[in-house]
Amino acid sequence: MRMISYLSLKRAPMLALAMAAFTLAAPAHAALRVLACEPEWGALAQELGGDLVDVTVATSALQDPHQIQAKPSLIARARNADLVVCTGAELEIGWLPVLLQQSGNAKVQGGQPGNFAAADYVLKLDVPTQLDRAQGDVHAAGNPHIQTDPRNIALVATALGARLQQVDPSHAADYAKRQADFTQRWQQAIARWSTQAAPLRGLPVVSQHKAFVYLYDWLGLKEVAVLEPKPGVEPTASHLQSVLAALKGTPARMVLYSAYQDSRPSDWLSKNAGIPAVKVPFTVGGSDAAKDLFGLFDDTVTRLVAAAGTRP
Amino acid sequence: MHKSLWRAGCALALTAPWAVAHADTASDIAALRKEMETLRSSYEERLQSLEQRLKAAEAGAPAGWGATPAAATAAAAAPPPTTTAAAPGGGFNPSISLILSGLYGRTSQDPSRYAITGFALPPDAEIGPGQRGFSLSESELGFAASIDPWWRGAANISVNGDNSVSVEEAYVQTTALGNGLSVKAGRFFSNVGYLNPQHSHTWDFVDNPLAYQAMLGTQYGDDGLQLTWLAPTDQFIELGMELGRGRSYPGGDNNRNGAGRVALTAHTGGDIGTSHSWRAGLSMLTAKASDQELLGTDAAGAPVTSAFSGSTRVWVADAIWKWAPNGNATRTNFKLQAEYLRSTRSGDLVFDPAVVAASSAYRAVQSGWYVQGVYQFMPRWRVGLRTERLDAGTPDYGTNAGRYGLTDYAPNKTSLMLDFNASEFSRIRLQIARDRAREGVTDNQLFLQYQMSLGAHGAHSY
Repeated sequence: MRMISYLSLKRAPMLALAMAAFTLAAPAHAALRVLACEPEWGALAQELGGDLVDVTVATSALQDPHQIQAKPSLIARARNADLVVCTGAELEIGWLPVLLQQSGNAKVQGGQPGNFAAADYVLKLDVPTQLDRAQGDVHAAGNPHIQTDPRNIALVATALGARLQQVDPSHAADYAKRQADFTQRWQQAIARWSTQAAPLRGLPVVSQHKAFVYLYDWLGLKEVAVLEPKPGVEPTASHLQSVLAALKGTPARMVLYSAYQDSRPSDWLSKNAGIPAVKVPFTVGGSDAAKDLFGLFDDTVTRLVAAAGTRP
Repeated sequence: MHKSLWRAGCALALTAPWAVAHADTASDIAALRKEMETLRSSYEERLQSLEQRLKAAEAGAPAGWGATPAAATAAAAAPPPTTTAAAPGGGFNPSISLILSGLYGRTSQDPSRYAITGFALPPDAEIGPGQRGFSLSESELGFAASIDPWWRGAANISVNGDNSVSVEEAYVQTTALGNGLSVKAGRFFSNVGYLNPQHSHTWDFVDNPLAYQAMLGTQYGDDGLQLTWLAPTDQFIELGMELGRGRSYPGGDNNRNGAGRVALTAHTGGDIGTSHSWRAGLSMLTAKASDQELLGTDAAGAPVTSAFSGSTRVWVADAIWKWAPNGNATRTNFKLQAEYLRSTRSGDLVFDPAVVAASSAYRAVQSGWYVQGVYQFMPRWRVGLRTERLDAGTPDYGTNAGRYGLTDYAPNKTSLMLDFNASEFSRIRLQIARDRAREGVTDNQLFLQYQMSLGAHGAHSY
């Protein structure tokens, strides 16, 4: 009896220590599972989380983020995610709610720390004054394509860094360090891109889809026409003709379209108006050079500056 | 000076609502404290993000066109994190959607005499092409919202062309169980098969396949409970169990305390590369019925009523494969789906209960399948082909064997559809079908249908 009690007394703290060590050690090996709705947020989570996170991206740069299906593979990913990082502002309204409902994952439901919407942390543009679907696919919260302005990426990085610390507090210091490092590199890069893109300021351009409002806001480009007659409505031949006619009065220097879009409307305008068509990578993976967030803006600015350099 | 004013304002704004709250118990106080902590951290997050934005605005401006005071003010006025956009349907008002649908139908046979040879169904079974001419098809009003942090609720009220209103779905569902678990309670479409849980406005054809009409009462909806579990694997594996009242065919609303219907479902799926995705499943539904009135044919080929008491087990195997180049379905995509249903009814059958009332043991094994492909060949336009066939089997009527007619006819049907989707909210569809559900009769059908959705943007399942 005595022997046993002596032993257990002596061993109890060790056991407790071992158990504590085990519970602490266990999450250290399991990386935080992040499901990003779009590649830019996957890339950002990777920058801020490094090897502390295991990132899965739901869509690719060649897919239209408005029109994704809640396919089985994505439901399985949502089931196992610790953090879901999406754009919000209704961009994923056609598929994300189904993913979350079917996931059976309490952590990532709306309002939980595991549910992060990037658009909540930036000033949104194109907020409609009137909500009417006769205006096409308008988003009540404003234009959701916020990732085309690197200053927005910086804002989201701050909020996402804080969120990573919140959902994975045991690595808060690591996340803070990575975030400070990223922010520093990002601010330097923004300064570089801004200088490089200075000649673009004030140039009139045409967009295929209203997807670049934040890019234009950053670089000072002026959108004089849009190829889609209404947001989300495919360009029609008659609308393209009217854009071409309007450009006779107010000429534009280039036409921009996203990597996931059909290039034909832009190519048509390029040929008929004699202006270059620029394929904007739009997100990470949208071009060979857009391998990460830095590559995305390096390539975007390079392509725009190159197009501006070609005289019509 | 400004900073301290701002902070004081923040503090006041934060504390003021709580100052008047009557925190009676220690737990209330603790809860309030926690709430304040959350608010404080969210405000800190905001302040941080505002500072960041300011820095970004300064850094992003090369000399010559630097951040003007106006730009800085605009940046500083960045809105706080809004939750409305992040959680559609999370507002206090439920998100409301209205589906409007209308139909023009032209059939070479009288729809009121529609029947599926070899399949004895209740007199109120929803089979066949419905009304000829113009009609309002099912218009559906949908409500959905979060109830609290633990539940969400949804209801779909269907308004039919004959001015009747029916509750299609009305259920509550857990959101916070975690571990891949979810419980649903109320009235909902059973998760068996692929098409069964889908609302009619998401169907790729005007009507449901004959196999669904003959063996699941077109679409099996019931009152009850559903438990689903999603396996913690990268491969999608979903298992489900349902207990229900069994209020509709093949069940019959019976007066019992237990469950009149049980269903077990298993689905799995995944991706093959970036362009292909698939899902396949196997489900089983068992329903009990007592004195269920069925319309069939006697040995002389004349219509006769029977009463069935017993149980029905329906197996459903479903498979779907979708293709879109690089996973981008906007321009072109293809969808191939097939389901096989096999129904076993066993129990007692009373021949002509009103007059002859001859009771005997009864067992019937029937089956059917459909295969359909839908191809979006250019933006907005889709074309689809569906072919299907039923096997009525050879029912064992026991001592009633001589009273019923037997047939080896295989009901079949082929449908071709073309639809135009001006946007994701509107659809106009033309469908032609050659329906040979009745032995010796060919019904050539033509439908022109619209389906439009108003209000909340619906999210559709796979």
